This record gives sequence, C-alpha cells and structure tokens, in this order.
Amino acid sequence: MTAVDTDAGPDTGPDPALLAQFERVLARSDRIEPRDWMPERYRATLVRQVAQHAHSEIIGMQPEGSWLTRAPSLRRKAILLAKVQDEAGHGLYLYSACETLGVSREELTLRLLEGRQKYSSIFNYPTLSYADVGTIGWLVDGAAICNQVPLCRTSYGPYGRAMVRICKEESFHQRQGFELLMTMRSGTEAQRAMVQESVDRFWWPSLMMFGPPDAESPNTAQSMAWGIKRNTNDELRQRFVDMTVPQAQALGVTLPDPDLRWNEERGHHDFGQPDWEELAQVVRGNGPCNAQRLAHRQRAHDDGAWVREAATAFAARRSGEPSLSVEPVETPGADR
Amino acid sequence: MSAGEWPLYEVFVRGKRGLNHVHVGSLHAADDEMAVHHARDVYTRRNEGVSIWVVRADAITASSPDEKDPLFAPAGDKVYRHPTFYSVPDDVPHL
Repeated sequence: MTAVDTDAGPDTGPDPALLAQFERVLARSDRIEPRDWMPERYRATLVRQVAQHAHSEIIGMQPEGSWLTRAPSLRRKAILLAKVQDEAGHGLYLYSACETLGVSREELTLRLLEGRQKYSSIFNYPTLSYADVGTIGWLVDGAAICNQVPLCRTSYGPYGRAMVRICKEESFHQRQGFELLMTMRSGTEAQRAMVQESVDRFWWPSLMMFGPPDAESPNTAQSMAWGIKRNTNDELRQRFVDMTVPQAQALGVTLPDPDLRWNEERGHHDFGQPDWEELAQVVRGNGPCNAQRLAHRQRAHDDGAWVREAATAFAARRSGEPSLSVEPVETPGADR
Repeated sequence: MSAGEWPLYEVFVRGKRGLNHVHVGSLHAADDEMAVHHARDVYTRRNEGVSIWVVRADAITASSPDEKDPLFAPAGDKVYRHPTFYSVPDDVPHL
C-alpha cells in the first residue's frame, strides 16, 4: 500500500488551462476519460489503486479455489466455480481499466510478481475449513461491496464502469456465502461450531480491509479531493459494522469483539480496534500466506507460458495462411 | 521465452435484439477468434448479450474526448436543430 509507482513523475508545472479544465470536470462531478489531460499524481494514484484492486481479485481466487476439489456437493462446487471465475473476470475488467492509464498488462503482472504492487491483505489468511468459503462470501465480499459501491461514482470513467459491473456480480457472492453459513448453522453441533470458529478468524481481518484509520491514511484527503475515493476508511468500516451486526444475529453467530455495542447517541455501533500492527506486518509481507500466494501466482504464470506462446504462434501462422493458399499478390494497396 | 503481449481488442455487446452494440470493455487475445471467445467468457457470463463485436484497438480512429474540441464546435451554435427552438401555441395538438 506504500508502493511507489515508477512512472509517477513529478508534476512539472502543468499547463494552467489544462489543469483548469481538469478541475472544472471534477467540480461538476463529471468523469475523467482516458485521453483527457490529467495531473501525473492523479494518474499515479489511480494506477496504484486500480492495480492493487485488480491484483486482489486475481490473488483472491486462491483462498477459495483451494476448496474447489473438496466442495461437499455438486451444487456447492458449481457455485464455487462460478464465483472463482467471477473473481478472474473482475481482475480482467480492472486490468483493462488500469491499462487505459498507460500501463501494460505485462508490466502490471510483473509488478505483482515482484512485490512492487500490493493486493488486499485479507487474501494472505488461510482457508482452514469449508465454513471459510461461506465466511469469505459473507464478510470479505460484504466488506468489498461496502468499499466498491461508492467507487461506482469514482471520477475516472473506466474504473467506475468496471466497478458497476463488479458490484452487480458481488451481491451473488455475498448471498451465496450467507446461505452457505445458514445451511451449516442448521446442521450438526460440529458444523455450527465450525461456522463460529471461521467467523472468529475472519472478523478482524475483514475490518482491516478498509485500510488504516483515517488519521494514519495520509493519501485519503487528496484521493477524495480528486473524487477517486468517495468515503474515508473509517466511514466505510463503520458502515460495514452497522450492516453486519443484524446479519450476525440472524445467523446466530457472535462477532468476537467485547466492545461491540449499539450507541444510541451516535446512531451507530461502537466497536474495538483491529490489531493495526498485524495489518502492517501482513502488508509488509509477513502474513500467514503471503509467500504461498505469490509463489502460486508465479507458478501459474510460468505454467501458462507455453499456452501463450502456442496461441501466438498459431495466430501468426493463421494470419499467414492466405498467402500460402492463394496466389501471392504483389501489387501493394490493391483493393476490391 | 516471452510470447510478447497479445494485441488489445475493444469489445462491443448487443444486449438484446433491437439494441445497438455497446462498448463494454477491452481484453487481450492472440487473434480475432480468441478475442470473441474471451469476450464471451469475460463480458457475457450472465446472458448480457446476444451478439459480440471485437475490434483491434489499434484499428480505431477517435476524436479527442475533450468537449472543447473544435470538432464539435459546428454543432454548438445551431440551436435551431432542436425542436424546443420553435415556439408554437400550446393548444395545437400533436406538435
């Protein structure tokens, strides 16, 4: 999250007319589009945020993907496959949006593999039981929705359009997770305990998904001024807690926070602080699964190399085919 | 080693019969046929379309999106092209 983009050059006194036009567009809550002039820092901030978001979708396939071969029924397996496929799709929407800012896909992949760009800290936690598939859908995708719905109105057009598509699909993810947990809660004592144990492990990391507290998030103010972010980390975290408490009651699970209670005066829930040192450690690469996630992504990339090469060779051969099968035409520009 | 980056394609989907194809995003593919297959998988997983167009991004010629672009200036002062330019009596039907 502190990654510095190498293409983020310093602002060298932009043309005042261009800057004024850029700010007029933002002032009327209109969208910036790819070929508009934009300040280098705006571009760099977006590249960092959109790339991190794209990487999160791609790495996010792994925790649940590991349960694909062990799903308890064909129904659950088909659902999980569809969900993991969606995550891949979300990554692709976001990589496309990021590429409109002038970064190539290869470069983005490389930055992830070399650890120069981050992905969400949540995916560095392991999925130890099948209940985790449900908890990830309910809590992790629920937190993601909180984060992402306001981003549909982000000031950069391609990013906002990608978020609209993603949000439509995320609600399936959250609901399937909730339904899975409901089903397990109506099961055996062991299954009910498995749900509670899973929620206990994922609650705090889910709260960390919104990033550090506002006081320690120095980029938030600028991102909000530019309309890239629409809410602060703490606002979104509060929204998530308020939204989740009644859902937890419906499920009959306890959220593992002794300080969690309704505050009549504020009209919101009070809640405890996550262990911010743990978040810092996970972001720095010292979470339970950081090395495993990146190694797996690297392996998938390497194992896919022959496919990319074969497809390229096939395309090249096919595009050459007409000249092999028909008489070569020497006249340049001969058209019909 | 590296096969290089596949070309970029822009994807257009017709949501249903009677509607235009609309730009939905972009993707990389080795060739046109693969671009159509990828477009189906990436952009129409939930019956979002009945027809897909893909076109190499480098084959598109675009105006500048800046609305101050002189390209669009000729339309700016021709208000008489809009029906609201004309005042007609309120009580004349079907106008």
